[in-house]
Amino acid sequence: MPFVRLLAKRLGTSLIVLIGVSLLIFAIARVIPGDPARIALGPNATADAVAALRDKLHLNDPFLAQYGYFLADLLRGNLGTSLYTNRPVVDDIAQFLPATMELVIVAGIMMVALGLPLGILSARYRGTFIDHAIRLVTLLGVSAPSFVWAVILMLLFAYFLPIFPIAGRLSDSLTIPPHTGFLLIDTLVAGNPGAFIDAVKHLILPAFALALSGIGQAARLVRSNMVETYQKPYIEMAEAYGFPEKRIARRYAFRPSLIPSLTIIGLDFAAMLGNAFLVEAVYAWPGLSRYGVAVILRKDLNAIVGTVLIISAVFLIVNLIVDLMVSIINPRIRLSQRVS
Amino acid sequence: MNVPTLKIENLKLGFDTYAGMTEVLHGISLHIGRGEKVALVGESGSGKSVTARIVLGMLQSLKTARISGSVFFEGIDLERMSARGRHALRGTKMSMIFQDPTSSLNPVYRIGTLFKEVLMRNEPAITHEQVRRKACEALADVAIAEPERVLDSYAFQLSGGMNQRVMIAMALVNNPSLLLADEPGTALDVTVQAQTLKLMGELVEKHHTSVLFISHNLGVVREFADRVYVIYKGNIVEQGPTGELFDNPLHPYTRALLAAVPRITGGGIPDIADDPSAFLAPLVTHSGHSEKELLA
Amino acid sequence: MKKTLVILTRNPLSLIGLLLVATVVLSAIFADFIVPFPDHQGAVVDFVNFNKPPEWPYIFGTDLVGRDLFTRIIYAYRISLALGLVVLAIAVPIGVAIGLFAGYLGGWTEYVLMRVTDVFLSIPPLVLAMSVMGLLEPTLTNGMIAVTAMWWPWYTRLVYNLARSEKEEGYVLAAEIIGASRLHIMFREILPNCVPSILTKMTLDFGFVILIASSLSFLGLGVQPPTPDLGSMVAEGAKYLPDSWWLTVFPGLAILVAVFGFNLIGDALREILGVEEQ
Repeated sequence: MPFVRLLAKRLGTSLIVLIGVSLLIFAIARVIPGDPARIALGPNATADAVAALRDKLHLNDPFLAQYGYFLADLLRGNLGTSLYTNRPVVDDIAQFLPATMELVIVAGIMMVALGLPLGILSARYRGTFIDHAIRLVTLLGVSAPSFVWAVILMLLFAYFLPIFPIAGRLSDSLTIPPHTGFLLIDTLVAGNPGAFIDAVKHLILPAFALALSGIGQAARLVRSNMVETYQKPYIEMAEAYGFPEKRIARRYAFRPSLIPSLTIIGLDFAAMLGNAFLVEAVYAWPGLSRYGVAVILRKDLNAIVGTVLIISAVFLIVNLIVDLMVSIINPRIRLSQRVS
Repeated sequence: MNVPTLKIENLKLGFDTYAGMTEVLHGISLHIGRGEKVALVGESGSGKSVTARIVLGMLQSLKTARISGSVFFEGIDLERMSARGRHALRGTKMSMIFQDPTSSLNPVYRIGTLFKEVLMRNEPAITHEQVRRKACEALADVAIAEPERVLDSYAFQLSGGMNQRVMIAMALVNNPSLLLADEPGTALDVTVQAQTLKLMGELVEKHHTSVLFISHNLGVVREFADRVYVIYKGNIVEQGPTGELFDNPLHPYTRALLAAVPRITGGGIPDIADDPSAFLAPLVTHSGHSEKELLA
Repeated sequence: MKKTLVILTRNPLSLIGLLLVATVVLSAIFADFIVPFPDHQGAVVDFVNFNKPPEWPYIFGTDLVGRDLFTRIIYAYRISLALGLVVLAIAVPIGVAIGLFAGYLGGWTEYVLMRVTDVFLSIPPLVLAMSVMGLLEPTLTNGMIAVTAMWWPWYTRLVYNLARSEKEEGYVLAAEIIGASRLHIMFREILPNCVPSILTKMTLDFGFVILIASSLSFLGLGVQPPTPDLGSMVAEGAKYLPDSWWLTVFPGLAILVAVFGFNLIGDALREILGVEEQ
């Protein structure tokens, strides 16, 4: 089946790229000035202790050997120990990643659920006031970094109009046993609908701040592609046959426009992974960001490499999914023979 | 006499641009009787394509378009009609086929889906099975051997000629009174074009569909049309029955057009002077075939 | 070129963009002459006037050590714009060149170059810059290095796609037939056709660099005090929300205004030059 082959090929490429990423980060991490062992042990450590740690961490070995040890560990699921938390990096990631993922996924849903219809609306009423208004708003959304929006939203809707809570994932009074790490799931699993609502309320502002830029991008992209599609002959044919205008907008003009948009939307979604850092900082969200920033500032090599690797892996997976979706939606890729 | 399917009276079209008003149609009149095949012949930019779109009501929504004159469809003045009423005619009593069949069919939907949408214009609640049945019948009418397979295919999987036949089938499946054909087959091979036009001719005759055939291709017009209107720069310059007009062109422009057709005997293509005043001579009609006479 | 400027001024939106950008650029260049407190860009303390809400002569208020916010914002613009210029001046030529080579030469060159590009593109932009920044000392220079390192791949991909389709065009074939060297074809034939897309992207990127740079410094990975920087100003001020709201709102709006202006122009340029949306 050509489909499976396509999937396998993409997986292969992604794997190669992931290895490249690991090499890159590893290289950067090893090139920095400063001795990780000394930093870890602090300024009062003896020279012997430092030397011993250096040996243990293989810091005296040639570069490729170090990379080899790293890969070997990686394949065993060992990303080393964080010098910051003194725990295996894998544990740290397992604790903080779900929070970030939850935020990013909800933001992603918002991006699609709000961005696409806005784009369709804008294209359908192109040239009118609605179009100009949407274009202005979406451009604004794209023009500020997520933390600016995070701050503005917090000021507007959590302080001056106290609708939403200010920070954090859950009110301090509540404790939910962690199963998946996703509060939206865990609260329901624990049979606590009140906590669910609480979690949702905490999610809305940060997710929206994160999504704003993506919504703007998606809307602009969809609009631009749809306006182009509207010029195509097959849309004129649909109009000549009197297909209802709403149907043309939502089905016949939208789907061919979606194809070029999807790849970029996938990229935007993945870019949100990076921006999540900014929003988490403002809302004190206990996700990978605070951990990530902390370990970067402390030059905690294992943790840095682990974090970046995981994030890149998620990025690649998202891109893979998007590419697959494009192949499904675009019949030209899916099929290759002529019928005639 | 029967009410003509289409009657256009003194139709004018202008576009309001930054540079002022650009006049495209200067008051054209034509009509098509029931079952008649009428050709509108002219070069690019003469205004023939916009005429068809005005009939369908597709230009009226453009903010810069200024239209005056009347268009009567089966006796009803389309200007008096509500927008909804007008819209309801599209795809049901009037349909259109386009120049490039493959790019006129939506590339991400199967032919069957498109057929369903077309059939829904007449029967909003039509079922899937009924769609299959009617579509297969229509496709069989245009001599497509495996209609089921075609219905399940996408336009890019089919050849140009096949897509052209699909378009004709779609256009006729709702049994419209008027078919507007905008340079059909121009994008195809000459032989394929000839085949499909012949097919189209037979079908419209069977259904007594009136046809407005827009073209710049005189050879095709000669084979297909009963009567011809020649249009030049937004004016009808000559009209008459096909045979007479071709054998004995009266207007200088028509003569130049016919002279410009390459002959199989060689001799090259003569130059047409760019804008001689002779082309702007008023309308010449072949005897007995002016609008007034025909509609009396 | 002149025609483009004329069209830009006709369209109301791009006119606004031009005005915004002009304001930002001019105020950055002539900062020393227009700001009320030129020395506040450095390490000045004024504990009499600290943490004041907007009032004359501190039109945007003062920060926690008494420095005029307006002054610091203007100087911060200067740094951001300089950063943008440097980053683009380095990243664009590198990215474009790699893209041309990969797109036109094909074969192993293409495969290797594009895989390397992919590696850089697979790390979310901010994360890559953060890592590089974090592993080096946070200074302005290192900031430039970090941002440049993550920027060039976007131009590579842009030019790569363009070069790949352009190389099928007639003029390239013609040049090949008359024996033009490959370098000539890449840089004198294909490249000029890529210029509109590259220019549009550069205009948009100016705003984008400001965005990324401010994000980096927001996280503490950018310039260090006392150098004024929009992102770190927001980060500092975020601790004192909502009471000292001006500490975050004005720098944030300053970012928004600058980026918005560049986006407006970039958008208009795109429409004029007929470039595809990226």
